Amino acid sequence: MNKIFETPLYPYSRHPDQDAPKTIRKRVVVIGAGPVGLATAIDLAQQGIETVILDDNDKVSFGSRAICFAKRPLEILDRLGCAQPMVDKGVQWNVGKVFFDDRQVYDFNLLPESGHRRPAFINLQQYYFEEHLVHRALELQATGAPIEIRGGSRVTAIEEHADHTSLSIDTPDGPYSLETDWLIACDGAASPARTMLNLDFNGRVFEDNFLIADVTMEADFPTERWFWFDPPFNRGQSALLHKQPDGVWRIDLQLGWDIDKDHEKKPENVIPRLKAMLGNDVKFELEWVSIYTFQCRRMDQFRHGRVIFAGDSAHQVSPFGARGANSGVQDADNLAWKLALVINGAAPDTLLDTYNSERVYGAEENIMHSSRSTDFITPKSDTSRLFRDAVLDLSEHHAFARPFVNSGRLSVPCTYDGSPLNTPDALPDGPARTRPGSPCPDAPLGDGFLLDQLQGGFKLLAFNCDAPDDITETVTAKRITLPATGALAERYLGANTSALYLIRPDQHVAARFATYDDAQIRAALRRAAGATQ
Amino acid sequence: MTDLILTPNIPAPDDFYAELLATHDGLTSDQSNALNARLILILANHIGDRTTLTQALATAKTV
Repeated sequence: MNKIFETPLYPYSRHPDQDAPKTIRKRVVVIGAGPVGLATAIDLAQQGIETVILDDNDKVSFGSRAICFAKRPLEILDRLGCAQPMVDKGVQWNVGKVFFDDRQVYDFNLLPESGHRRPAFINLQQYYFEEHLVHRALELQATGAPIEIRGGSRVTAIEEHADHTSLSIDTPDGPYSLETDWLIACDGAASPARTMLNLDFNGRVFEDNFLIADVTMEADFPTERWFWFDPPFNRGQSALLHKQPDGVWRIDLQLGWDIDKDHEKKPENVIPRLKAMLGNDVKFELEWVSIYTFQCRRMDQFRHGRVIFAGDSAHQVSPFGARGANSGVQDADNLAWKLALVINGAAPDTLLDTYNSERVYGAEENIMHSSRSTDFITPKSDTSRLFRDAVLDLSEHHAFARPFVNSGRLSVPCTYDGSPLNTPDALPDGPARTRPGSPCPDAPLGDGFLLDQLQGGFKLLAFNCDAPDDITETVTAKRITLPATGALAERYLGANTSALYLIRPDQHVAARFATYDDAQIRAALRRAAGATQ
Repeated sequence: MTDLILTPNIPAPDDFYAELLATHDGLTSDQSNALNARLILILANHIGDRTTLTQALATAKTV
């Protein structure tokens, strides 16, 4: 039994703010020390922005919860200084098997593209993910960065004002108040902050229940993702088996809508189901059991004046495709540099509206993929089931049908096509994957990787063209000269012999040109930093 | 990009029609429905062109 999620990591202690004669004003308060709140606060603190995280708990999340972390969030965590221990701990996998009825219909290999520092995915329990983020936050605090985590601190009221927000906070020592210039609500799908502000959260409820069981077992199942449609041990439903670190396996069994949750959660009812799946001889222990239903829904707007929502509080998807925590970390990545520029007076307040537009776009994409997976796994009509089963039957014998099989489209980052921060593409026939709005694909560079160089602020990437060391408008972009060879050339040049890219602090492409043109680059830099004229 | 062909395009149409029905001989209604679903997917993949497929879906719906 793993004890990490039972250990207080940031226990409540009385803070001088609680005894201050006048209410203290903070720059940024983040509600929620989950993956998204921690990532946002670390990113802000690394940019010197004072950030306080409030959480009513003092531990990492209970149970494994989010277990699949994709490449892009790992690249973001590299920027935040804590990806390596997660990758070291995580389980990497590339092979998946799909079963239908009593037989395997096919298997697949993700065949990840080479030349990236980070793997396509790691499996890692959410409590480890959070633990490493907490350690990173405390490490930053110890070196003088303006970040703190206050455990045992529950926000009970939020009052909005023109230039700040007032918070009432309950603690074991009683209540106190704080004011903050900016409030970021990362308090999960049931977001109390959203409820306190009486904001909408609309979408589609899926009438289904899933049993999650984490089991430890001594078994020689390979490190693969196995997914069953309509197996004999869970007739008419689906099942998933996935490996986590420490010999823990995630088992996900669809139960249908009309069930008694408390009854199904009891070990004496869970164990026979698992035995039917794993075989009677396999010895296992239950570590964690949960039953969940899910929704695909989002807030209409993620920004409400000086209150900003990120992660599950803003948008919720089904778990198939691992788009919850992964997209939440991308929210943090998108928000932190914009908020830092606004706070430092280097960008107008309206830059934050592009956090809303870009991440709503991302959330819509995630909700679409997640809804489609759910409709394939749980057909909603006889005709839907007819086609689903036809696809699975054909997939056993014919490769053409396999791309239709949808047990979750694994999370890939969103390209912000059409964002007002983009400058129209000016690199003729440049690779589509690096068009304006795209997250920069990694590539080997010297002894390291390209993304190692894209840390802290705007960058100009110069391939076979001259450019100044840096250019400054309201913000500064620093030049990096790169070799036009190998994976870098393939991913950034295509058939072109030269290129100049403008990269945002979140490693997304803002603009690209064939050569350096001072007026054009400066206009692109002003636009990317949210200049309004 | 090609337009959906909506003029006669199969030689000896009676032969094809008989073969289509014969394929369903002896099947239950559920089995026939499953066969039709597989057939649609096979033919759709063969056509491949997304514009043609969208035109076919719209034509089937509006008749």
